[in-house]
Amino acid sequence: MTSPTTASPGKGPAIVPLPYDATTLLPLLGDGWRERLVQMFRGMLLGRTLDTRMLNLQRQGRVGFYGPASGQEAANVGAALALEPQDWVFPGLREQLIALVRGYDLPRYVHHLFGNDMDPAKGRQMPCHPSAREVQYVSMSSVIGTQIVHAVGCAFAQRYRKDRAISVAFFGDGATSANDFHSGMNFAGVFDLPVLFVCTNNQWAISVPTARQTAAPSFAAKASAYGFPGERVDGTDVVAVYHHVRRVRGAMAEDPHPHLLELVLYRLTPHSSSDDPSRYQPKGWREEAMARDPLARLEELLDRTGVLPASEREAIRRELDAEIRSAIQEAEVIPPPRNETLFQDTLKEPSWPLTEERDSFDREQGGHFP
Amino acid sequence: MTEMTIIQAINRALEFAMKDDPDVICLGEDIGVNGGVFRATEGLQKQFGEERVMDTPLNESGIIGTAVGMALYGLKPVAEIQFLDFIYPGFDQIVSELAKFRYRSGGQYPCHVVIRTPYGGGIKGGLYHSQSTEQLFTSTPGLKVVVPSTPADAKGLLLTAIHDEDPVLFLEPKRIYRTVTGEVPEGDHRVPFGKARVVREGTDVSVFAYGAMIPTVQQACQVLETTGIRAEVVDLRSLMPLDTEAVLRSVEKTGRAVIVHEAPKFCGYGAEIAALLAEKAIYSLKAPVLRITGYDTPFPYSLENLYLPNVDRIARGIQRTVQAG
Repeated sequence: MTSPTTASPGKGPAIVPLPYDATTLLPLLGDGWRERLVQMFRGMLLGRTLDTRMLNLQRQGRVGFYGPASGQEAANVGAALALEPQDWVFPGLREQLIALVRGYDLPRYVHHLFGNDMDPAKGRQMPCHPSAREVQYVSMSSVIGTQIVHAVGCAFAQRYRKDRAISVAFFGDGATSANDFHSGMNFAGVFDLPVLFVCTNNQWAISVPTARQTAAPSFAAKASAYGFPGERVDGTDVVAVYHHVRRVRGAMAEDPHPHLLELVLYRLTPHSSSDDPSRYQPKGWREEAMARDPLARLEELLDRTGVLPASEREAIRRELDAEIRSAIQEAEVIPPPRNETLFQDTLKEPSWPLTEERDSFDREQGGHFP
Repeated sequence: MTEMTIIQAINRALEFAMKDDPDVICLGEDIGVNGGVFRATEGLQKQFGEERVMDTPLNESGIIGTAVGMALYGLKPVAEIQFLDFIYPGFDQIVSELAKFRYRSGGQYPCHVVIRTPYGGGIKGGLYHSQSTEQLFTSTPGLKVVVPSTPADAKGLLLTAIHDEDPVLFLEPKRIYRTVTGEVPEGDHRVPFGKARVVREGTDVSVFAYGAMIPTVQQACQVLETTGIRAEVVDLRSLMPLDTEAVLRSVEKTGRAVIVHEAPKFCGYGAEIAALLAEKAIYSLKAPVLRITGYDTPFPYSLENLYLPNVDRIARGIQRTVQAG
């Protein structure tokens, strides 16, 4: 196959690409491999299109912030399709596509991006921080790495209740330097819990490269110090991600143990709408990254296997674009969250002084609170 | 009713809750085989097994973060932090995560964790086994903070905490773990949050305190009795939510207020009580509000008896306040 050069950022071992073609895809993807590839394409294109549209809207001042995930679509879609609905996902900044692929309503997510009155989280968080209880996608903070430990506690609860489910912690390469990477990995190892740690190594923590996060040969190598396996996977290859996550997930369901997968990939966009990578990325890096564009790689595979010809891909592209446009149109006219939401959900029932602050606010505003 | 110490009452509350509800899980350092360094969890691992009384690695962020994950899935974890002084590696998990889950998810992910931890001085513990930093937590929206001073309240507040739906920091007055004994109701004894307890009635001055300061304040008030000063002592016991009505009611009656706590004065919990009185009871006050607190230094080792408000300092302060107007 005409696979691009293997990804081997840092000093880590080279990642051997899976040498599949149309015939070897069957064992990797199962009987419905054609349908699976279509699902993958649709999911990845949804992520890419959303990124493009939302970054534009951010530049026009129509949304406050956006954290793009272009370059990580294979990781998100591959993992999302490989997990079971009962599994819990503890995301970082670039995993919202997982919620959408697991069935989270797109218009609802767009309401969140606008922080409007239809946002289930009541406009409390910056864009790209959704809470999606209906698809076991847990609320995240902006603090790096804290979610890693939550996945461990959740996995304990899943095992304790004898539910055949696992917890998956997603985090970036920068998070492996955070305290809670150690806390979570160590607890999972000691209590031998069904936690899948997924390190999406996009090689940059804002402006700081992986060499400044670790002197270890890879992030996957760290797992051995905690007593469980760690593997490096080509995170720009959706088939590889799907295959490895499904394999590990299947083994964990039978025999629950922790496992780390380092998905090596490239961040194709700035860290966020507030970032300028030309200040720190070396010349040529972006070109190297574009050569590993996961969406282009999947399209190449679709061409080679004859699944989903270009005309059909174009139809999907138009369909997704229309869906996103209509969600944006709908969300943009919804007003901000109602004033009373300011005073809700800090505790189950507000107590003094919040009750007094709420009542005084309401009096000043003319007394409209229910 | 059975006579017992505070530490025994905590142990009984945990035992009752674990028997009553399989979702209750205890986790912390040395709490299993060893029964906790203060023996709060004595015998529980034997009774309920290693999975429900978990000896964890030495990592407070791991303990609290794991408890958060358990609670998100629906369990009722009770995490022990060996000393309040060691809670800071887990502070991020408390203030950034635990306290904010319900809010930031719009109510989709309430996160109910109880964190038990001994606080306060008077045990020759030096800087790192003695501090009272309740104000760091009472000033974080999204947390409840309670402090018992009697065995009955220790059991009652802890059982309420375990069945509450919000995160609760349960501060244990370690200096009086074994020195204060009292009758404790059997079974599912619960003390509601947000209700202060009048320890002794008085007419001349209201003294507000909590936790390990209560017995010291009581002694000071007994001393003052001989000089004709009748002080009212109010045990706040629930710092967040606060029983504002009890505070105001008492000061409206006595016209004077003294606040006693171990923590330093500056921006301490007493400042909130003083501000409450300034906002809502200024016309009832006959004298300036006085705060008797630990000094605004780190906690000392050799001179801790001078650092902590003692009977003498408290009695003099109350007397001054009564004489002031």
